[in-house]
Amino acid sequence: MSGPDTERAPSSATATLEQARSHARAQAGARAGTGPTLPASDATDLPAGVEPSLVLWDETVGVGGYTARRLPHDAVLRIEDLEGDACAQLLVYNAHNTSERLNVADTVKVQWQAYLGPGSLLLSDMGRSLMTIVEDTSGGHDCLCGASNRRGNEERYGDGSASGPAPNARDLLALGGLKHGLARVDIGPNINLFRRVVVGADGALQLAAPTDPSPAGRAAHVHLRADLDVLVLVANTPHVLDDDPIYAGGTIRLTAWQGSPGTPDLQQGPDELTPERARAYLNTADHRRELEG
Amino acid sequence: MLVDETVAARAPWTGVVERGQLLRIVDLGGNQAVDCVLFDAHDHTHRYSAADTISAQRNIFLVTGTTLRSNEGVPMMTITETTCAYHDTIGGACSRESNTLRYGHHTAQQHACVDNFLDGGSRHGLTKRHLVSNINWFMNVPVGSDGTLGIVDGISAPGLFVELRAEMDVLVAMSNCPQINNPCNGFDPTPIQIQIREGDSA
Repeated sequence: MSGPDTERAPSSATATLEQARSHARAQAGARAGTGPTLPASDATDLPAGVEPSLVLWDETVGVGGYTARRLPHDAVLRIEDLEGDACAQLLVYNAHNTSERLNVADTVKVQWQAYLGPGSLLLSDMGRSLMTIVEDTSGGHDCLCGASNRRGNEERYGDGSASGPAPNARDLLALGGLKHGLARVDIGPNINLFRRVVVGADGALQLAAPTDPSPAGRAAHVHLRADLDVLVLVANTPHVLDDDPIYAGGTIRLTAWQGSPGTPDLQQGPDELTPERARAYLNTADHRRELEG
Repeated sequence: MLVDETVAARAPWTGVVERGQLLRIVDLGGNQAVDCVLFDAHDHTHRYSAADTISAQRNIFLVTGTTLRSNEGVPMMTITETTCAYHDTIGGACSRESNTLRYGHHTAQQHACVDNFLDGGSRHGLTKRHLVSNINWFMNVPVGSDGTLGIVDGISAPGLFVELRAEMDVLVAMSNCPQINNPCNGFDPTPIQIQIREGDSA
């Protein structure tokens, strides 16, 4: 126990208010392994054709971390699995009415496809496209298995709390949402990026082994175009089917830039669209007109 | 028997099943999808999770012995017996809005399961924010080797049932699916029977 009478080490640099303030301010400029780039236009290593002045957001998140951000329609969000070891949990909401949110069941059912890939829409529960996958170098994603929870992480890693060494995905997504006016009730079924899960003929679920054995060879990215103004919540934790008893993963980088304006159906030729996606874009464009009044 | 009701075609049903009690759902007419979400009766933010359920058993199909888990991984109900071989939990619920994508805008005014969940659930304080991926009793949703997924002809028949034991006090929200644009109800929605009785240990 320390108290007012406790003898402090004479070398303390934070004994007085002035010293504590100087100590705090001297930490500016230190480089963490991960964090945001501010201003975002200082971001480097941008994809070809992306002007720094158009960058809205640039941030890295290590394993066990999370982030959340509002993005305007037409913005492109690049999520990059830098080291080929990451799994990113993603939730998406309509920024103007967060009761409209990603619906993974509609996403797979409406598009007649359990596996996401280039051209896939992330559908809301209101029959609209929240985001579209416009580029994808990954080996696949997972719409079925959801987020880890505290109880499961306690069983697998010995701890699952957000304050501990093995934070569970659901609580991290909740933290991101709570800071944007959401509550625990709003944390529903999510998408897992960068880890593919295969459904067998008998219904069995299997986390697919990486196609490239070297982590560097597995580095991948996905580009998600916002079709409405959206709020995204992203956690970076091991996939819930990952049996590794070590809580391990890699760093993800999130970079968003302002894209070309236009309604989604104009950005993707109607001939390339399935009828279900074409009608989703019709509904999305109609809602944008409703919001713009 | 604590409850023995017939639920009309296209209608919602909600009710609390107390820990230890048994809930039986009977497909009276055959191939009638019954959409279902479970909530902790004492904390509605603690609710059924399709993802936690299928991840824990590493299989998408709900069968005898399946534990229906919450979003915190907690057992909510157990399938003690089903005479229909398996049930779905990845296909979600039909809605007016998603019907416009699946079938066209001429279906925008048709009654749908999400409206049943909202109609029934709102009488218990639930909102759309509480709705998550649900169970589809008696519905057949295979996934092909290339990931193609969809609702195909059912594997149920008149009189087949599923029986569930409540592992906690649960608010059960059900929609006797009104869909007429795909084979989940054999294109002809029919009534179902709901029975609740005390468990053997009670």
